[in-house]
Amino acid sequence: MLNLIGNYSLILALITSLALLIFSFNNFKSNSSFDFRIFATISLQFFLICISFSTLLIAFIKSDFSNLAVYNNSHTTKPLFYKISGAWGNHEGSLLLWLLVLSVFIIIFFFKSKKLLNSFRFLTIFFQQLIIFGFLLFILFTSNPFQLIIPTPIEGLGLNPILQDPALAIHPPILYLGYVGSSIVFSSSLSALVCSYVNKEWANDLKKWTLISWIFLTIGIMLGSIWAYYELGWGGFWFWDPVENVSLMPWFCLTALLHCTSVLEKRSNLQSWTIILALSTFILSMSGTFLVRSGILNSVHTFANDPERGVFVLIFLTILIFLSLIIYFKYNNFEKFNKSFFLSKETAIIINNWFMMYFLSVVLIGTIYPIFLEVITSEKISVGPPYFNQLMIPFLIPFLFIMALGPKLDWIKNKKIETNFTKIILFIISILISYLIAKNFNTQVLYSTLIISSALFLFFVSITDLQNTKLKLSQKISHSAFSILIISIILNSLFSEEVSVNLKKGEEKKLSNYLLKFESISKMEINNFTSLKAEIHVIENNNKLKFHPELRLYEVPKTITSEADIITNLFSDNLVVVNYLKDTDYLNIRYQKKPFMLLIWLSAFMLAVGGLVGLRKNFK
Amino acid sequence: MYGKKVKLRFLFLSLILIVFILTIFLVLKSLEENVVYFISPSDIKELGEIDYNKKYRVGGMVKKNSVSMSSDQVNFIITDFKSEISVKFSGAVPNLFSEEKGVVAEGFLKDRNFLNASKILAKHDENYMPPEVKEALKDN
Repeated sequence: MLNLIGNYSLILALITSLALLIFSFNNFKSNSSFDFRIFATISLQFFLICISFSTLLIAFIKSDFSNLAVYNNSHTTKPLFYKISGAWGNHEGSLLLWLLVLSVFIIIFFFKSKKLLNSFRFLTIFFQQLIIFGFLLFILFTSNPFQLIIPTPIEGLGLNPILQDPALAIHPPILYLGYVGSSIVFSSSLSALVCSYVNKEWANDLKKWTLISWIFLTIGIMLGSIWAYYELGWGGFWFWDPVENVSLMPWFCLTALLHCTSVLEKRSNLQSWTIILALSTFILSMSGTFLVRSGILNSVHTFANDPERGVFVLIFLTILIFLSLIIYFKYNNFEKFNKSFFLSKETAIIINNWFMMYFLSVVLIGTIYPIFLEVITSEKISVGPPYFNQLMIPFLIPFLFIMALGPKLDWIKNKKIETNFTKIILFIISILISYLIAKNFNTQVLYSTLIISSALFLFFVSITDLQNTKLKLSQKISHSAFSILIISIILNSLFSEEVSVNLKKGEEKKLSNYLLKFESISKMEINNFTSLKAEIHVIENNNKLKFHPELRLYEVPKTITSEADIITNLFSDNLVVVNYLKDTDYLNIRYQKKPFMLLIWLSAFMLAVGGLVGLRKNFK
Repeated sequence: MYGKKVKLRFLFLSLILIVFILTIFLVLKSLEENVVYFISPSDIKELGEIDYNKKYRVGGMVKKNSVSMSSDQVNFIITDFKSEISVKFSGAVPNLFSEEKGVVAEGFLKDRNFLNASKILAKHDENYMPPEVKEALKDN
């Protein structure tokens, strides 16, 4: 019954989608302003999709195993929280969530765009509806979350325990808000092109949407990274895993777009470039979804492989890309841009964009090169972190310096170059401090000094700029947060330490400066798993730390996960992860010391807060 | 001749071109250096020459009764049911590493029968298998 309601509301939503396509296009052509019909249909569509999503939620909460998606991903013994998050922890449910977010955003756009040009509004709704239509088809024909199994099984297969985690429960919705936000950016740009509406007013509106998706994407990426840090037990927060890269690419694009829209807003410059960025952001998000969902990428997130889904997304993606190319080349006739001088804010922003594009291309090539090579030569390869580090980190040095100096330049032409003593002193201080830090680190002193000093310089400049009333608050927060983020990441990667050892109960072993001792182990039955908690002592310079890392043995599905025990303070994270091998008495123990982890999370969060402040200001 | 403006523009364009070519060169060089090839134990036997300074990923199944542990290392054998290779590894073992399960070991080859692994990847759930492992198992 529940399944039928969900399924039929999706089909009805498809019909409203068709109707909306026709209505919005007609309204656009006749240039009418009466839009009650559209309002009613959008609301109806939203209502239907809500019903459909709620029925899936209820099916998960009630453990209704006549539903295939529930059967595959849930179990009666699972805690309620994970029953709910299980609704989007699988392929079908996550697509329904995409759809829900799409329809929420179209409603928000409808209400928030009342002051804008009418034809532009209708056309944006038209393009947005095109995306919704595609998703509805995709869901209904290749990944319907309401498929029935007959006869109804008594028990479900359970959710992959690795996904049963609070950070990961909210990670997909937040990330999707970011991805889907960029869909509005996409439709809005296409429609602005057609309506010749690429002007200051439009830029102001676009900026809000860009900010919204940027904020959610930043937080979404951060949550995913936190999850990988303590759940996967690899002892790091970023692995250059294809799935991570796929979320980072739209982030680069959005960040570039964010800066670019202010040029368009203030100076009516860079129209074409803004449009290109806006279009690519969504296309990158979609390609990401395609690569992840089709199982082409080799990663933790790859779900059961279904070629049909891949083909569908590929067709959909091709249509979107061609549509945007055609519209772009047909309507791309902007007036000759306003003149600016070399030393100006515009130049600084363009340089920012160039760097972003460079970082984007490095990640893009590193991610898709293995796929191409496999298709062409059938050789299998993987591109590891050294590739990314080698190509990204050196370029961070000029990037950070320009980021420190750029924001204070004036628009059009910077009148005077301030030979500012504080800046020179700050510069010297940062080089000195960096040298002192890098000296302790044996190899590549010059290289490390340069990187740390560029980050420190940015940090000092942003801190001294905090009182500068000429600059925007949002920019000040985000830039200082970014500098702290980079400093923490660099110091973290330079000074992380790690030892691992296999010990039997009661044994101890000294490794470099650390004495590791396997004290005891205890067994406990909790909810839907058996917990094995070990007590490990780590002694460094007479300083004793007690850790209680845990192994969780799940019955359905039969899996083991290990929960790291992390002792956190502002300066460093100390963590122990354990693992055991069947039929041996040994426990595989890994102890890690990771400096400034807390600062990494905090600064990433502050980065997003900066965006939020900017958004608030823009909505006033 | 040409005006100052044209000259400037020409200079600017050539600068962009040079930067562009340099970047591509850098990227390709870095790719070449940092790519890790995936091979099966049988491939190792058939390889013409082995680069002992390059990392490889070897994929297959952990052979039954082949795992042995000591306080600082784990030894096991990866098999693709045609050929096998011994692996020495010291470090943290992933959660689902166990005998008769798929595994990928990354490291330097000592000779055609021995891999000094620096990283072990295993699948994250019972149904999931890295495509590389699946591929290696499918050939049999």
